[in-house]
Amino acid sequence: MDVLAPLIVIVLLAVVVWLVSGPLRAGASATEDPDVGRREDLEAAKEAKYREIRDAELDLRTGKLSEGDWRVIDRDLRAEAMELLRRLDELG
Amino acid sequence: MATVGQACLILALATCAYGIGASLYGASAGRRDWVESGRRSVYALAVLATAAFAILIAAFLRSDFHFTVVATHSSTTTPTFYRAAAAWSSQEGSLLLWVWLLSLWSSLVLFLVRRRLRDVAPYATAVLLGFGAFFTALLVFSVTPFHTVASAPAEGTGLNPLLRHPSMMIHPPMLYSGYTLWAIPFAFAIGALVVRRVDADWIRATRRFALAAWFFLGVGILLGARWSYAELGWGGYWAWDPVENASLLPWLTGTAFLHSVMVQEKRGMLKVWNVSLILATGTLAILGTFLVRSGILDSIHAFGASTLGVPFVSLIGVMIAGSVALIVTRRASLRTEHRLDSLLSREAVFLGNNLVLVGLAFVVFWGTFFPLISEAVTGEKAAVGPPWFDRYTVPLALVLVLLSGIGPVIAWRRATLANARRNFKWPIVAAAVTLVALIAFGVTQNVAAMTMFAVAAFVVTVVGQELVRGVSARRAMANEGPARALVSLVSRNRRRYGGYTVHVGMAVLFVGVAASTAFQHARDVRLSPGQTAAIGGYDVTYTNATARADYRGDRLERVNLGAVLDVKRKGRHVTTLRTERGYYPSTAAFASGSIVQGIFEGEATSEVGMKAGLTHDLWTAIRPDPEYLNKVIDALAAKTKGRSVDQQFTAVGNLLGVYRQGAFPAQFRLISSPLVTWIWLGGIVVFCGGLIALWPAPDAARRRATAGYAGRVARELGRA
Repeated sequence: MDVLAPLIVIVLLAVVVWLVSGPLRAGASATEDPDVGRREDLEAAKEAKYREIRDAELDLRTGKLSEGDWRVIDRDLRAEAMELLRRLDELG
Repeated sequence: MATVGQACLILALATCAYGIGASLYGASAGRRDWVESGRRSVYALAVLATAAFAILIAAFLRSDFHFTVVATHSSTTTPTFYRAAAAWSSQEGSLLLWVWLLSLWSSLVLFLVRRRLRDVAPYATAVLLGFGAFFTALLVFSVTPFHTVASAPAEGTGLNPLLRHPSMMIHPPMLYSGYTLWAIPFAFAIGALVVRRVDADWIRATRRFALAAWFFLGVGILLGARWSYAELGWGGYWAWDPVENASLLPWLTGTAFLHSVMVQEKRGMLKVWNVSLILATGTLAILGTFLVRSGILDSIHAFGASTLGVPFVSLIGVMIAGSVALIVTRRASLRTEHRLDSLLSREAVFLGNNLVLVGLAFVVFWGTFFPLISEAVTGEKAAVGPPWFDRYTVPLALVLVLLSGIGPVIAWRRATLANARRNFKWPIVAAAVTLVALIAFGVTQNVAAMTMFAVAAFVVTVVGQELVRGVSARRAMANEGPARALVSLVSRNRRRYGGYTVHVGMAVLFVGVAASTAFQHARDVRLSPGQTAAIGGYDVTYTNATARADYRGDRLERVNLGAVLDVKRKGRHVTTLRTERGYYPSTAAFASGSIVQGIFEGEATSEVGMKAGLTHDLWTAIRPDPEYLNKVIDALAAKTKGRSVDQQFTAVGNLLGVYRQGAFPAQFRLISSPLVTWIWLGGIVVFCGGLIALWPAPDAARRRATAGYAGRVARELGRA
């Protein structure tokens, strides 16, 4: 055990250094396209907007929203969703 | 392996320090490689914390008394099942558990958002590693779990007998999971404030973690209540004890947060409120961690006084000061995007719900810390008891349950009177019918309980009505059968219907609390075998005494003195209750050679006798009369003084025989309590609802269409 313990510690240290220094060894050039991050954020925003549209529709069908109120809300939400799609397309 | 464990902790501390620096440098210099390296530091922390925790658990399972913490918190007589739990019964083990859980959740969230929130994530990483650094520093410099001695003692002190309950295996990891999970939205809120990106993106990215924190903390609190009811021998499930309250505080503010973030997501409102709530919740989670072991407040749950007061208070101070500074300097970015359109809207109900929850949290905080406040002001430590808490929490709880019924059926922005009439008609009828039925059956003794029953009927009807309408809508849309339509409805709207299920569960739980508090019968009686006492319409007869000794190997583990009670109602046998008081001989007694004398000098626990049912619980706990018992023990101890261990064990056997045959009186606590089971059932429903809301939604369609945007929105909505 006396020999094993330092060996295990050295292996652990090596694993940590290898894991943490990976991106630095690859360098800044190896990191992802910055647009990937923006695309993920916009996709998440789009899904959230879709959820809101479905929520509003369910509110209409379960009697919480009148037809008139729902039309206004749904039109606004769909316009926002379309804007998100446009921005996603701009990213290519 | 202690050396490896200690090395893991030192490496973990160094990794945290490096990761904080790398993340902050990467964020300020715009270097993705450094940010990435900082994120990987969290993964490395998880690896190291897992290794350290595994080494500690293995030491407990092996009963390796070279580890000081194992020798002082476990023993060879501790059942294997509880040896692992003994690890987190110690301060050192519980802090390591904290770091381990934090590292796992942090790794998970940073992996999930690795391509999102690129500006916020590095600062969140630094905050999470800051927590990691704080706790690993405590473990390295103050309370290391890997302290060893060259010569191991033959036997350990053993796990506190009160903790030998199945709930205690799960209760602390659940609480700590809750506490550590709250650190995730806390860290992302700090990150969002730092970069002034205070839209709802950070909320969406961490919503599931906030929900999981709420879920685990709730499970932990409920398991604690169950343990208190079944193990502590006083007959209650909630005593407004400081440690109980400390876990309730972040749960209350966290519940408020889970509701108010919906207002920000939908309407861009309440931004200051939301960041304030989550920063307060994160801080209260740290306070809860500290209070369990601090010893600064008297508690039935405190298992040792901490020496970590100064570092914890410093951390809490930094968290409060940092939070306030960030909110004040970012107040322009936190300006609301919309104003409240109407008081008859879901936003207004959520605001009301938040005010009630924060009000409850304030009452609990004030009552919990009143001893410290009074000591600071008057010089005398004065505590407030359950009646003080009940005076304020009962009306607030009534309003809260009522709002949980109004919220689901009221529209966002503005509800019309016509919609309100349509949605509230049947729930109000259900509440009125409940009240009339209660009056008709003569249940009029307690107005608060009656109101709670009516309000709960209102909530259950609201949710039932919502499900019926949703299923009807689904059937009309998709031409499905009722069962399939219900499953489709819930699975496509998990957050909504998970939330509704939680509301039903809370209503059921509060009915149990109201009934068991208002209509409970409790008596403390002294009975000898053959005597009878009446309680809540039941006649309880002390039939006979029981006595036995539990051995583990050749060691006397516990002596149990108990009673068998026969319960009758109107002359008819209802049930037989068995209750025991377990006495764990003190280690010192064994060392001194006086086993008989030492039996009653160690820890003692109650084995509760209980007949639980849907309508009533009958509960009893025994305390053998020490006056009579001591006479027998003194006589036996005098006889066996200086005798061999075998002769002393024979004397213990004699003592048990004398107790069984003799007509020793005993003190009994008898309780007849209605609807306690509803609390546990309500809790299960709440957590089923939480699981529904937590369960990931099916992958939304992400295929890109080529047609116009309006058509794409419609098509993608149809697919999801």
